[in-house]
Amino acid sequence: MKKILAKVYIWILLIILYAPLVFIAVCSFTESRVLGSWSGFSFKLYQNLLTGIMPGEASLIDAVDNTLFIALISAVLSTLLGTVAAIGIYNLKGKYRKAVLFANNIPMINPDIITGVSLFLLFVFLHFSQGMVTVILAHVTFGTPYVVLSVMPRLQQMNPNIYEAALDLGATPFQALRKVLIPELRPGMASGFILAFTMSLDDFAVTFFTRGTVGLDTLSTYIYTDARKGGLTPELRPLMTIIFLVILVLLLVINIRKEKQAKKLQYIKK
Amino acid sequence: MAQKIIEFKHVSKSFDGKSVLKDINLYVNKGEFITLLGPSGCGKTTLLRMIAGFLEPDEGELLLDGKPLAGIPPHERPLNTVFQRYALFPHLDVYDNIAFGLKLKKVPQDEIDKRVRRVLKLVAMSDYEDRDVETLSGGQQQRIAIARAIVNQPKVLLLDEPLAALDLKMRKDMQIELKEMHRKLGITFIYVTHDQEEALTLSDTIVVLNEGKIQQIGTPTDIYNEPVNCFVADFIGESNILKGRMTGKRRVAFIKHEFDCVDDFEFDERVDVVIRPEDIYFTTDPAKCQFKAKVNTCTFKGVHYEMWVDTDTGYELMIQDYDPYPVGSEVMLYIDPDDIQVMHKERLCNTLYGKVKDEETITLLDGDFPLPNSFESGTEVKVEIPFDAIDLMDNLDDGVVDGEVHFILYKGNHYHLTIKTDDGNSLWVDTNDIWDKGDLVGIRLLPEKGIKITKKDE
Repeated sequence: MKKILAKVYIWILLIILYAPLVFIAVCSFTESRVLGSWSGFSFKLYQNLLTGIMPGEASLIDAVDNTLFIALISAVLSTLLGTVAAIGIYNLKGKYRKAVLFANNIPMINPDIITGVSLFLLFVFLHFSQGMVTVILAHVTFGTPYVVLSVMPRLQQMNPNIYEAALDLGATPFQALRKVLIPELRPGMASGFILAFTMSLDDFAVTFFTRGTVGLDTLSTYIYTDARKGGLTPELRPLMTIIFLVILVLLLVINIRKEKQAKKLQYIKK
Repeated sequence: MAQKIIEFKHVSKSFDGKSVLKDINLYVNKGEFITLLGPSGCGKTTLLRMIAGFLEPDEGELLLDGKPLAGIPPHERPLNTVFQRYALFPHLDVYDNIAFGLKLKKVPQDEIDKRVRRVLKLVAMSDYEDRDVETLSGGQQQRIAIARAIVNQPKVLLLDEPLAALDLKMRKDMQIELKEMHRKLGITFIYVTHDQEEALTLSDTIVVLNEGKIQQIGTPTDIYNEPVNCFVADFIGESNILKGRMTGKRRVAFIKHEFDCVDDFEFDERVDVVIRPEDIYFTTDPAKCQFKAKVNTCTFKGVHYEMWVDTDTGYELMIQDYDPYPVGSEVMLYIDPDDIQVMHKERLCNTLYGKVKDEETITLLDGDFPLPNSFESGTEVKVEIPFDAIDLMDNLDDGVVDGEVHFILYKGNHYHLTIKTDDGNSLWVDTNDIWDKGDLVGIRLLPEKGIKITKKDE
């Protein structure tokens, strides 16, 4: 009896969690322009989205392009910056290390809206014309701490003599970094990159305040304006379904990889 | 004949104001197997890291082949290190780990192949080329670490406690192999360890370090048979360390008996005497007997028995012998003059400098000690305190200043302790109480035991 109750509880929870997503996914297979009404099964919306031929809504594709471009560039920059920062922080002594790590954590806890507004004020103060560049810079500021946090554990697990061993064998500091340190940190850098990438994809508040008035739209700002104009563009439904599926696959891949690594570690310990 | 390959000249080093190495003078001959031996924190690893180039000395100079090493970064030094925890590169296989240094030096591929195969054979790991290093056992990883270092044909091989992480049996096997490798390669080995037995087994020369200072340099037999001070005697092997006094030409008194010895010190000099436990002999011949004792405990140790005896004069001695004597039995003992190692005392009392506060108080070691004196307040004074004029207390509040028990030496009928005070000074104390290393103690002085106070300049 207890078991059945527990199972029912889990299923109810899962249904509540996933119902909105399933609803959007189902509605992406109909042509009806009003969300929620069913006018027969159709791939029309997918076709429109993938060919880019949308009645009067060409800027949706631009928004998707912008979103991916910004996420990619800012994640790459965050990964580079965050990795270097993590190495630096790791080499600091006790007290300073703690202080800098604390400073690193603040932007992550800080509400997005505050980060957004303060960056906006900063750019205005510096007379920086706002657009793509400022959005990327802003995304780098909130992406970097995540990279630092994912690279740090790799550094702490690493044998501290490895870098010295490379120097000892004749590598210049730069060669030691490239041939030994970076390969060791790569898994941490990869998860940091994925985190920074998804945080950037997801962001609304910071982008909204730093994109300026040049008409730059990412997916989130596009949906916001679109919804205010009255009614969502129907092609958003298949787009969201696709994004959801991509994220699902990514998560599965990451988890399977983790599982494999854990097994390998266990094997080594034996 | 012997050619100096590494030379330290007046090298000092401190970290965060704490001195780790003090005025080190040392040279290493070409082809030698030299061991830096000492307890943890004695500065031996710092010394090694300086040679490798990971640290620069604060003062003094370090020479390789007569040329100064200052300013030459680690990757340009013709030396290689075997690290304590192997430090293999986990993302590379065995072959690539070993070939790492050669590839950086742009050695041709067929030459790399040849050399990697040769060293793998030398460390008895020939079929492991393609193995992932993380799948190897500790001992195998250490062999690869050694192979990775020697494949570069360094002028000097630095080994930082390379066997510390291995189990006992593996360690013994590797010791023999290391010695064999040293013989075959003819490279200078500089070996760091805290394991005295390892040092005695492996080395041509041992350098004993403590508290950042060289205590003694010598061959293993020299160090074992003729330690220069109590620290070395206690650190290397088992020993009975006793207070003594010279009573005539080659005559020394300790445990309230007089013995012939081979060291000729000044008459009446106060000395320390070291007797190895295997050098005290049992006899049944009353003519040979020098003193009598009662067997207190007797423990079987494998090859020999270890016995603690109480002498007729109230001292405890440790004796090792192949034959056991029953507990409680009266035995007759003698010691060969050759086996009595007499050492100058490092100090006869504690000498401290302080300032007079008033006629009842002197400020010493950052504390105000009640010490009656006849100096004006503000006078800088030298205070000489006998070892037994210091009282140690469990309760820190009872003491004027606090300290930590740093080193314990049993001297037959009392303990000689080294106490580190909170302000970083050392005090030496004789006591009958049993303390453990690391105990925190309150420190009080006993003026009635004869503390000498003089003006500083005198």
